[in-house]
Amino acid sequence: MTAVEPAGPWHLALVGNPNCGKTALFNALTGSRQKVANYPGVTVERKSGLFQTPSGRSVHLLDLPGTYSLRARSPDEQVTRDAVLGRLAGESPPDMLLCVADATNLRIALRLVLELKRVGRPLMLALNMIDIARKRGFEFDLDRLSAELGVPVVTSTAVRRGGVEDLIARMDGLIAMPPAAHVAAANTWTPPTSAELRATQREADRILHAAVKVPGRPDTLTGRLDGVLLHPVFGILILLAVLFVMFQAVFSWAQPAMDLIKAGFDALGGLVQANMPEGLLQSFVQNGVIAGVGSVIVFLPQILILFLFILILEDLGYLARAAFLMDRIMGGAGLHGRAFIPLLSSFACAIPGIMAARVIDNRRDRLTTILVAPLMTCSARIPVYVLIISAFVPDREVFGFVGLQGLVMFGLYAAGISSALAVSFVAKRLLWRDHPEPFMLELPDYKMPRLKSVLIGVYTRALMFLQRAGTTIFSMMVLIWFLASFPRPPEGAAEPAIEYSLAAILGRAIEPLTAPIGFDWHINVALIPGMAAREVAVAALGTVYAIEGGKEASDQIGLVLAQSWSLATALALLAWYIFAPQCASTLAVIRRETGGWHWMAVSFAYMIVLAYAGAFLTYNIAVALGAG
Amino acid sequence: MSDLFSELSASVSSLPLGQARRGFCGRIDAIEVNGYGAGLPAGELESRLVELGFVEGARVEILHEGAFGRDPIAVRVNDATIALRRREAMAILVS
Repeated sequence: MTAVEPAGPWHLALVGNPNCGKTALFNALTGSRQKVANYPGVTVERKSGLFQTPSGRSVHLLDLPGTYSLRARSPDEQVTRDAVLGRLAGESPPDMLLCVADATNLRIALRLVLELKRVGRPLMLALNMIDIARKRGFEFDLDRLSAELGVPVVTSTAVRRGGVEDLIARMDGLIAMPPAAHVAAANTWTPPTSAELRATQREADRILHAAVKVPGRPDTLTGRLDGVLLHPVFGILILLAVLFVMFQAVFSWAQPAMDLIKAGFDALGGLVQANMPEGLLQSFVQNGVIAGVGSVIVFLPQILILFLFILILEDLGYLARAAFLMDRIMGGAGLHGRAFIPLLSSFACAIPGIMAARVIDNRRDRLTTILVAPLMTCSARIPVYVLIISAFVPDREVFGFVGLQGLVMFGLYAAGISSALAVSFVAKRLLWRDHPEPFMLELPDYKMPRLKSVLIGVYTRALMFLQRAGTTIFSMMVLIWFLASFPRPPEGAAEPAIEYSLAAILGRAIEPLTAPIGFDWHINVALIPGMAAREVAVAALGTVYAIEGGKEASDQIGLVLAQSWSLATALALLAWYIFAPQCASTLAVIRRETGGWHWMAVSFAYMIVLAYAGAFLTYNIAVALGAG
Repeated sequence: MSDLFSELSASVSSLPLGQARRGFCGRIDAIEVNGYGAGLPAGELESRLVELGFVEGARVEILHEGAFGRDPIAVRVNDATIALRRREAMAILVS
């Protein structure tokens, strides 16, 4: 019998500065064999994967959030610190740390290496993007660097095929080292003071000077590109053009695919309706299961397109520039420069928008962005707005040339945007009172993204959405179906089935609450299936007012509404829809992205309060002006 | 003595990076966070600046300025480019 049997995989943790190409290296090493999840209770993403060494030993790789130091000033960096120190709950202490450094930007990275050495764990340094560095005239004395640092140094090119083979080949040698070499030395790490940071930086500068010859001038391509892309005028224009294309893509390019998915699931539902005996089971399969799964899948095209754009821009190094250009504008409202992309995407749909908030590293800024993203007028509000506006707002021109209906539509968009800015402004002061995060970030050199790495990123996002948010969305859909179809109508019932359901009981029960905002129980009932998706409310209103033909009959619904509601009620419903958390999927995604019910509850609460207040004011002002 | 002397002479000829214009080239004399009012605790700001490479003696150059109020600024620090707001850059004394 052999004495020592390798117990489980070898644990390797990836550490590095932001923008060092750590994620690309992770993707190159693990391919699609990776898992993305959240650390329990925090908004921090946990990425892990497996790869095999030439000798067949499997290595478990943990990608830790990028950091400049182990001082841990944010939850992300706390995860990195705790994992490195081997005290992260539920995580095996790493057998070795792999510090990844951008070979063209070693100065800050070497300081991190020196700091990591003090932890006492086996450590290796990977000089990533070595090909770019050599092309630009850097010369490395790897033996000297390794001797000065006292850690093994390997080179890698994560974006090139075969660029990580040297690294993988070295792994066997490192794993096979005598056990004594693996026993962690004493941990002498303590949070460094600024004086210690300075001293370590000086030491890093000395080593850099001794082992690396740095070319005299910086990357000229990046310099020339930045001359245009960060230009006060052209830079902004180009950014707007990029954002416009992105918005266009999410908004319209995704539409055919979404229509196809919708039609597919409708057809499937129709098939069920035609072939299953009528009754509860048929309704459950058609309106609960199939509609529920459909309402998850239908978001995929937007998510895929948006993340394709975001990951390409991120890997290019452009996202940091966009944040630079937008910082002043967004900062005024208490938002991070990078919040621009999630918020813009939210005009198409808040779900990809909220997921896109991952581009913001800072937790508070990310939470603020997630909180206000649902206030952006998403495309699902448009059918509701169009229905009510065309039924109640006269189609005439004001000031001689502006269509009144269009003006109201514009007003609804403007109300959404300005309330989002106001909420973030308040949240910044109410929720995080201690100190605002300063805007400080590195602008990395531009690099060509590698398609494979981008596609892996898009794939893991899509998978994560389906697995994690999908289950919550699906169960909410089933719940909404249950409310709208239980109990069943009695035999030979004259009224639409929904009027006998729990939704109707609920709608009637809350009528005293909604009377001050002008909603009668019909509207309340329609709002419950409307939680599935805002545009479903249109069809639900049709059902409640017993109009045959569902969505196609929206002109007819408009006519009926115009007879049943006062103008004040219609305006109040518009105001309600600007703010109301009328979308179960959005709430599910907020819960998933923030890692708990807490922020979902906060979003729901503040939005419903705003919606009620907005509708209340609108209704009562309209009534006072004689529109009741 | 000599430290005190260099500190004095630095404060005479230095200017905060936060006041410099695009194209400015120089070296860092000191990180002086005492006048920094809003935002982070002073020590934390100092640590973060040092972490990003703003250490005494480092070469700095202002490469770009934001479109609105010339804020934020993009600064070349030795071989890296860092974006930060002028308010935080006021703590970096350069000459």
